[in-house]
Amino acid sequence: MAEVLVYVDHVDGAVRKPTLELLTLARRIGEPVAVALGAGAENTAAVLAEHGAVKVLTADAPEFAEYLVVPKVDALQAAYEAVSPAAVLVPSSAEGKEVAARLAVRIGSGIITDATDLEAGDEGPVATQSAFAASFTTKSRVSKGTPVITVKPNSAPVEAAPAAGTVEALSVTFGALATGTKVVSRTPRESTGRPELTEAAIVVSGGRGVNGAENFHLIEDLADSLGAAVGASRAAVDAGWYPHTNQVGQTGKSVSPQLYIASGISGAIQHRAGMQTSKTIVAINKDAEAPIFDLVDYGVVGDLFTVVPQLTDEIKARKG
Amino acid sequence: MSLRIVVCVKYVPDATGDRHFADDLTVDRDDVDGLLSELDEYAVEQALQIADEADDAEITVLTVGPEDAKDALRKALSMGADKAIHVEDDDLHGSDVMGTSLVLAKAIEKAGYDLVITGMASTDGTMGVLPAILAERLGVPQVTLLSEVKVEDGTVTGRRDGDTASEQLQASLPALVSVTDQSGEARYPSFKGIMAAKKKPVESWDLEELEIEADEVGLEGSWTKVDSAAQRPARTAGTIVKDEGEGGKQLAEFLAGQKFI
Ligand SMILES: Cc1cc2nc3c(=O)[nH]c(=O)nc-3n(C[C@H](O)[C@H](O)[C@H](O)COP(=O)(O)OP(=O)(O)OC[C@H]3O[C@@H](n4cnc5c(N)ncnc54)[C@H](O)[C@@H]3O)c2cc1C
Ligand SMILES: Nc1ncnc2c1ncn2[C@@H]1O[C@H](COP(=O)(O)O)[C@@H](O)[C@H]1O
Repeated sequence: MAEVLVYVDHVDGAVRKPTLELLTLARRIGEPVAVALGAGAENTAAVLAEHGAVKVLTADAPEFAEYLVVPKVDALQAAYEAVSPAAVLVPSSAEGKEVAARLAVRIGSGIITDATDLEAGDEGPVATQSAFAASFTTKSRVSKGTPVITVKPNSAPVEAAPAAGTVEALSVTFGALATGTKVVSRTPRESTGRPELTEAAIVVSGGRGVNGAENFHLIEDLADSLGAAVGASRAAVDAGWYPHTNQVGQTGKSVSPQLYIASGISGAIQHRAGMQTSKTIVAINKDAEAPIFDLVDYGVVGDLFTVVPQLTDEIKARKG
Repeated sequence: MSLRIVVCVKYVPDATGDRHFADDLTVDRDDVDGLLSELDEYAVEQALQIADEADDAEITVLTVGPEDAKDALRKALSMGADKAIHVEDDDLHGSDVMGTSLVLAKAIEKAGYDLVITGMASTDGTMGVLPAILAERLGVPQVTLLSEVKVEDGTVTGRRDGDTASEQLQASLPALVSVTDQSGEARYPSFKGIMAAKKKPVESWDLEELEIEADEVGLEGSWTKVDSAAQRPARTAGTIVKDEGEGGKQLAEFLAGQKFI
């Protein structure tokens, strides 16, 4: 069976969930061969094997951390040349997309970004994508070269599928461009202890209606009662009430959770672009005419300062 | 020596309009109003600020797109860019990111540059990969997704706020930079700027001038193929209640019914 390269997104050996989802999709097309780069790469093998990787190609070198993107492209290209895969799948993170795009140019292949589903097809993998703020769904495929496809988080279930997961060292020679952009310093983001926004099953977001950083604890308390991630509209972020890393929408994160709760958010097209594919949508807004209500499964027209705390208390009471 | 900045700007259908696909499954650009992509205004703004700091700089705005795309160039010129290049050719219709990036790369090389600045993503295609591809094609460092950027003594530095970390980056010119919407509000064109823009030079180039064959671009030369596009079914109308004191509890009841609690 044809091999499919899967680019592993991990932090010091801890594999992030979207990569495991990619393995599920890769198994629909062929045999997953994972590529893990940087510090801790070898530690990814066990979990990758549990989820279907027949082989794990690893490489570590200081260049991966000290220079932006290109060293990883060199390594992924080395893996591509070693394996001759039927497709290359990469998680749709900011960096993943850049790595995938540069690889695609080098190997003369077309690229599809932000797929939300993937199936095998007669003429190669068929990718589902959303267009125009998720108001359209398209099916596309790569018509030249080896399909390079980036896939959004929450696009497939994580499935156990034990495979060999044999670790092999990948030999990489860095090209002249690899050291072009130096990472002078790196400040890791502090963990909030809450789930990752793009990976969370439930997202609770606040917008301009929250009316101040000091009130965002209302949104956080609700999120914590549900074990959810916290999101924010751009209006709330621009006002400095919540960090930009939590912004949901076109220029923030795109989320597709089981449940999305919007409080004090009007539902502008750019916000919808980042949450419209959520399974169940709930909104609390004091304006009955707010466009967000066009999307909801359940909406409460009311003041979030009374509705949200009541909801949080009721959830806590029910959970005991 | 003068700092030559090329800013790539895209003309896109208005996101608040009713966007859709044409019969050949390309983005319909005829039936909706277009404008300079808001995300590319940030690129123009940073170019203007960098030029202000430099002893001598010249900003060229570049677009690949249909006749109407001139509007995007005019807007950028009225913000303060010095000149514009419009690449237009009937054979470009339906180009994918590989085709568009090839045309942009050739045009940038022909124009001459020390620094290329792009937006973080287009508001219609929203792929966000063109900057990386352009850097690969041009063979220059990519310093992308910056929320802060500075150019000094032939070096570009900037801050990239990523998922897991915030990084301080540095590269030598020539280089390619992309900026996010966190990089600082774009200025509005002044009346004077709008008047001045009318007299600024706009060059028109076609594929022949860039020595690109028709089959390398356009729908035919595209390396990806859209097989179908369907409007997402409208969400079925949900239940909407007015809070009369029990709104939070009613919502909890709904969530419990859906097994979220
Ligand atoms: C290029 C571009 C990219 C963009 N990217 C994004 C993006 O990624 N994400 C994003 O979110 N936006 C984005 N925007 C901005 C977007 O257009 C909207 O401006 C933004 O989403 C509005 O945020 P909001 O809904 O919080 O604020 P508003 O639109 O001001 O809505 C606030 C809502 O809160 C309600 N409210 C007020 N007080 C209360 C109360 N006490 N109780 C209940 N409800 C209350 C109001 O009725 C109102 O509906 C982008 C815009 C552009 C041009
Ligand atoms: N047709 C085009 N003409 C000029 N610049 C473009 C064009 N398409 C994309 N760009 C630039 O590339 C950036 C990213 O676009 P994309 O990868 O399509 O999301 C945009 O913000 C623009 O700066």
